[in-house]
Amino acid sequence: MTPRRPNSPRPLFLLIPGLIAIAFLVIPMVGLLAEAPWGSFGAILTSQVALEALRISMVTSIAATVIAIFIGTPLAWLLAREILPGTRILRAMVIVPLLLPPVVSGVILLTAFGRRGLVGQWLSSGLGIQLPFTTAGVIVAETFVAMPFLIITMEGAFRSLDGRFEDAASTLGASQWTIFRRITLPLVGPSLVAGAVLCWARALGEFGATITFAGNFPGVTQSMPLAVYQALETDRSTAIALSLVMLTVCVVVLVALRGRYLRPTAS
Amino acid sequence: MTVVANFTAQRGEFTLEFDATFEPGTVIAILGPNGAGKSTLLRAMAGLVAASTGSIKINGVVVDDSQNTFLPPPARSIGYVFQDYALFPHLKVLANVAFGPRSRGLGRKPANRLALEVLTKIGIAELAGRLPSSLSGGQAQRVALARALATRPQVLLLDEPLAALDIETRAKIRLELTEQLSAFSGCTVLVTHDPLDAMMLADRVIVLENGAIVQDAKPAEIARRPATPYAAALIGVTLLRGTISNGELKLDQGGILHTADLDVAGPVLAVVRPESVSVHREQPAGSPRNVWPGTIASLQAAHDRVRVQVDGSPAVVAAITPAAVADLGLAPGSQVWLSVKAVEIDVYPTVKH
Repeated sequence: MTPRRPNSPRPLFLLIPGLIAIAFLVIPMVGLLAEAPWGSFGAILTSQVALEALRISMVTSIAATVIAIFIGTPLAWLLAREILPGTRILRAMVIVPLLLPPVVSGVILLTAFGRRGLVGQWLSSGLGIQLPFTTAGVIVAETFVAMPFLIITMEGAFRSLDGRFEDAASTLGASQWTIFRRITLPLVGPSLVAGAVLCWARALGEFGATITFAGNFPGVTQSMPLAVYQALETDRSTAIALSLVMLTVCVVVLVALRGRYLRPTAS
Repeated sequence: MTVVANFTAQRGEFTLEFDATFEPGTVIAILGPNGAGKSTLLRAMAGLVAASTGSIKINGVVVDDSQNTFLPPPARSIGYVFQDYALFPHLKVLANVAFGPRSRGLGRKPANRLALEVLTKIGIAELAGRLPSSLSGGQAQRVALARALATRPQVLLLDEPLAALDIETRAKIRLELTEQLSAFSGCTVLVTHDPLDAMMLADRVIVLENGAIVQDAKPAEIARRPATPYAAALIGVTLLRGTISNGELKLDQGGILHTADLDVAGPVLAVVRPESVSVHREQPAGSPRNVWPGTIASLQAAHDRVRVQVDGSPAVVAAITPAAVADLGLAPGSQVWLSVKAVEIDVYPTVKH
């Protein structure tokens, strides 16, 4: 008699809903591929609307990511070390844009940076800077919505960093700046890459806050998602082709981060 | 390079009270159980923790007066070897060792040259291109020491430098460390909970318990007269210096002991644990190789044993039960015979003092 081997359990009450879920997620993507205008793909993507939307998306999402890296990383460090008073409240404030409907983020930005907004009136009358309905406005909207992804990722990285490395560097004579540049940053490097990519992908997909705060002007504020939205009403195949480009970008990002996000996480 | 440390430091609820002066060229072991404040002492000297009261002076310079003066770690001439070494995992060994000199203003090339020099001196130049993750424990310990020494510090702080090593490596590295520390002209403060480290490496041992100094004396003195039960239990061993060949140990203080170590030759430190010394009224017959007469100098109760200090060649400490003391009718001045089995004597190679 052979001993009874434990099979990996496959209870139907989990199997069936699970398969429905995966079908629900995958079938629409297959649908997109099926309906893709493969014949006119090249022409659509080289059309002026598509090229301009692509350019604006790239410029604004990269700018938003760079801004997030330069101001979000220091904030993440401050939060991780709990240097600022009210760190818990500040951390909650950072997470708010993640939970907020993006259109509400757009409204918030208008009340702050709009022509008659709290900061906006000062910006426009004092410095002559207009943010709403400009490319800069798109960058502001994307940064507002996407930066929390970078901050949260980096705060975790700074938190889990062994403080003795920084202590050791300090006793060896390194200044705070040298420690941050040569020890802290390299050690959190992989997280910085992951956080930046997440932040960039979110900025690239930004729609609600952008259209509310910056409007939908081709060549100025019309990024890819906005172009898809507009094309859908007039030219379905263009919308599908542009959507396919964005889907491809997402898959590429996932593959690039495969080590981090395609693996089950314990926590 | 004298260090005058007379301060208190706070770590949560815990307070360390410390008052000692360290002379240049000496190795001071800080011995104590976990949570005694050993690491807090090192961190305060390095400037990673601020003193709450009192002051710390290094080479005549006040580095922390717990009021207005506080020199941060980079402004102190300190070499710190961390427990588990804290080698920078993303930098190769050479860059780890060159990190200090570079941070203190040397260019990349001169810093690398200096780093290689230090690695060569410690005998690990071949590790220069390796990453810390590929090093064995003993190698990592040597690299950590090289990194700390590369800034030419006046004070060297070692936090449990041998604790992360397996027993065999530990004996070897301990011997190496003895030589390297005797070549170091500044003062060395070595934190350990291993009495053997303290005995072999240090000129002076400070026993720390619950944040306070309970004893401050030469190793031999602490072994002879431990001030607390902890010290007695931990370091109440007899340490004997001598020269060994073919298992025959000629003691510097006179007398000969037979050991089971036939491979070791040259100067050694022999450890005789009190529990392994038997005390007799008559000369014992039978197997023990080492039998010699002595006179009881003192009796001292410690835990459930009595520590019996016996003068003779050599003088040793025996730990026996109170019942045995009563049976044998022992008192100071009693004439007794001592015996120790050859296999009970541990021998550690050392450098000649």
